[in-house]
Amino acid sequence: MKNLWISLKFTLVMCVVLTIGYVLILRLTAAVASPNDGEAPMVELNGKIVGAANVGQQFTDDRYFWGRPSAVDYNGGASGGSNKGTNNPEYLAEVEARIEVFLEAHPYLERKDVPAEMVTASGSGLDPDISPRGAEVQIRRVAEARGMSEDQVRKIVEKTIQKPWLGLFGTYKVNVLKLNIALDEAQKLAIE
Amino acid sequence: MNTEILGVILQWAALVALSYPLGRYIAKVYKGERTWLDFMAPVERRIYKLCGIHPDEEMNWKQFLKALLTVNVFWFIWGMVLLVCQGWLPLNPDGNGGQSPDLAFNTTISFMVNCNLQHYSGESGLTYFTQLFVIMLFQFVTAACGMAALAGVMKALVAKTTKTIGNFWVFLTKSVTRILMPLSLLVGILLVVNGTPMSFDGKQTIETLEGHEQVISQGPTAAIVSIKQLGTNGGGYFGTNSSHPLENPNAFTNILECCSILILPMAMVWAVGFYIRRRKLAAWIFGVMLFAFTVGVCVSVSQEMGGNPQIDEMGIEQDLGSMEGKEIRIGSGASALWGMATTVTSNGSVNSMHDSQTPLSGMLQMLNMQINCWFGGVGVGWMNYFTFLIIAVFISGLMVGRTPEFLGKKVEAREMKIATLVVLMHPFLILIGAGISSAVAAIHPEIGWLNNPSFHGLSEMLYEYTSAAANNGSGFEGLADNTPFWNISTGIALIMGRYFPIVGQVAIAGLLASKKYVPESAGTLKTDTFTFSLMTFVVIIIVAALSFFPALALGPIADYLSC
Repeated sequence: MKNLWISLKFTLVMCVVLTIGYVLILRLTAAVASPNDGEAPMVELNGKIVGAANVGQQFTDDRYFWGRPSAVDYNGGASGGSNKGTNNPEYLAEVEARIEVFLEAHPYLERKDVPAEMVTASGSGLDPDISPRGAEVQIRRVAEARGMSEDQVRKIVEKTIQKPWLGLFGTYKVNVLKLNIALDEAQKLAIE
Repeated sequence: MNTEILGVILQWAALVALSYPLGRYIAKVYKGERTWLDFMAPVERRIYKLCGIHPDEEMNWKQFLKALLTVNVFWFIWGMVLLVCQGWLPLNPDGNGGQSPDLAFNTTISFMVNCNLQHYSGESGLTYFTQLFVIMLFQFVTAACGMAALAGVMKALVAKTTKTIGNFWVFLTKSVTRILMPLSLLVGILLVVNGTPMSFDGKQTIETLEGHEQVISQGPTAAIVSIKQLGTNGGGYFGTNSSHPLENPNAFTNILECCSILILPMAMVWAVGFYIRRRKLAAWIFGVMLFAFTVGVCVSVSQEMGGNPQIDEMGIEQDLGSMEGKEIRIGSGASALWGMATTVTSNGSVNSMHDSQTPLSGMLQMLNMQINCWFGGVGVGWMNYFTFLIIAVFISGLMVGRTPEFLGKKVEAREMKIATLVVLMHPFLILIGAGISSAVAAIHPEIGWLNNPSFHGLSEMLYEYTSAAANNGSGFEGLADNTPFWNISTGIALIMGRYFPIVGQVAIAGLLASKKYVPESAGTLKTDTFTFSLMTFVVIIIVAALSFFPALALGPIADYLSC
């Protein structure tokens, strides 16, 4: 009985200690030092918020670079992966269908040029990035749809490529949303 | 050199280098020696006073276990009540409802035993209140509970002959105030600066660039992510855990979070060495564990970076490796490393979908959990290894015709019986559970549990019980596991998998401690040698790994061979 009494008091005291000594300190740090006051960092176009920098979104328009397939259609309220096994025939048929769609949209590509990450679903369903190769293969389609030259688009892609941490550790990546915003901005400038 | 592989090597090296000084610090904390966090002492005295704890009161192993089990029973009630009632409690800006009783049972048990198997999805299954005062609270106190148990075991092992093994409440408090809270604060601050959310506002709805509506879940994420990694908890804030780009925004946070998984379990091995003044023994134990871990990492990284052969057959480019269920900013190499780190420890957080990893990686993940003592959960991992040490001492003693002794104490029939039961319980839970569920799934294929057919379907069920019994918490998440059958059966495996070993191991330590100390002589079996380490390794492989071989052959191995 004595132990049960201590348990109750200990649990309540821990709630207080952790709230003050941990949660509040982190919340205050977030208010001072995080990119967006503790909320998901947002990106804007023409002063309007168009998405969270780290949360991928659906792109289907030819004028935009596309992200990776998502098992949850980029629903930021319910993340999820496909959880398909590597040998599942149903899954392999799905990948095959995605390859065909991708080739149809990019008729200038050969099958062996289709990067696997563009036809396989990400873990979270919200992957904000594609690989530099995944961007490279889309350049011609985007340039044609926008009436820009491939070189112009390629320059923007190259500017958007993010290097691994300290240039040494991890992967090269391109944030799809930021790339598409950069394109919209570049074209707007050109029109003005 | 490939930057992905460099990233893997960096994490491995950082862990090995940092665990040693941290282990020395932890030993000091439990010994009550001076450390630079002594400014916490007044806070601790305040806590003792408020709770009615007498810090100088020494407990024998039975009193120690009674306190440990009582507080766990209390946490069970606490969790059940709050989860079922969360819909009416404050801090619920998204209006999420209460959990069903069987789901609340599973959730409470799984967080209470430091496992964090999640049959709900974080975005909709919890409120900010329960995220903080059930999930986060349990992630601190249950990790501390495992560490406190180890502290008791260490105290028992170092004494010449003793009846008492320290005060459970003091160890529990100090584990939070001196180790878990300061480290989590450090990791949490780094996460917040890198863009992991830490706020109390509800979901945001935005209009995307193409004009669709998108909902973005957020909340006090950073507070939970750092302790879930450090306390070998693993229960993610969001449904997809650390593969979610808000929970794990970039390559740096991935390295930080992955290192946080292993740092305390690794440091604990050194801490025991410093505490019982047997650094050479600690080094050998560390060596065996590191060897097993590293072999797994090499195989898994090469499998994942090598890609899925079925995709290769389709004739497309697979330069980045098998990317189904993985994220670009993390990459296949770091995903494979994480898969190994999270299963050798009883962490269970994921940064890729294990269900979609290649069959051999999946097999190694299961094997790590089935062995459950390559570093293991904070505190309890070392204690699992300790059980095997006792068995190895006994077997080698018999082989060379010497009295089995460990640290100057005779190992006798009673300790051996407990150790054997603890070791056999683990395969029993896993194989019986997987057996029953496969029978049900085979007789009623329309039940719809499995997301994948054939061998991989069996793996999904085997993985779930393995993860539950090992208190790991990761899953082959394709399994439709939020049903009464899975909630209750894994709940039972969780309880047995946690308390049975802890009680057994503390009892062994307590029994050994009360025995007469036999000074080392020329006839003593030396435990800090290569031969004995190899012996322990072999015992672990024979007892733990081979029990599972038939099941693994039908699951992941058959899956591997059929592609």
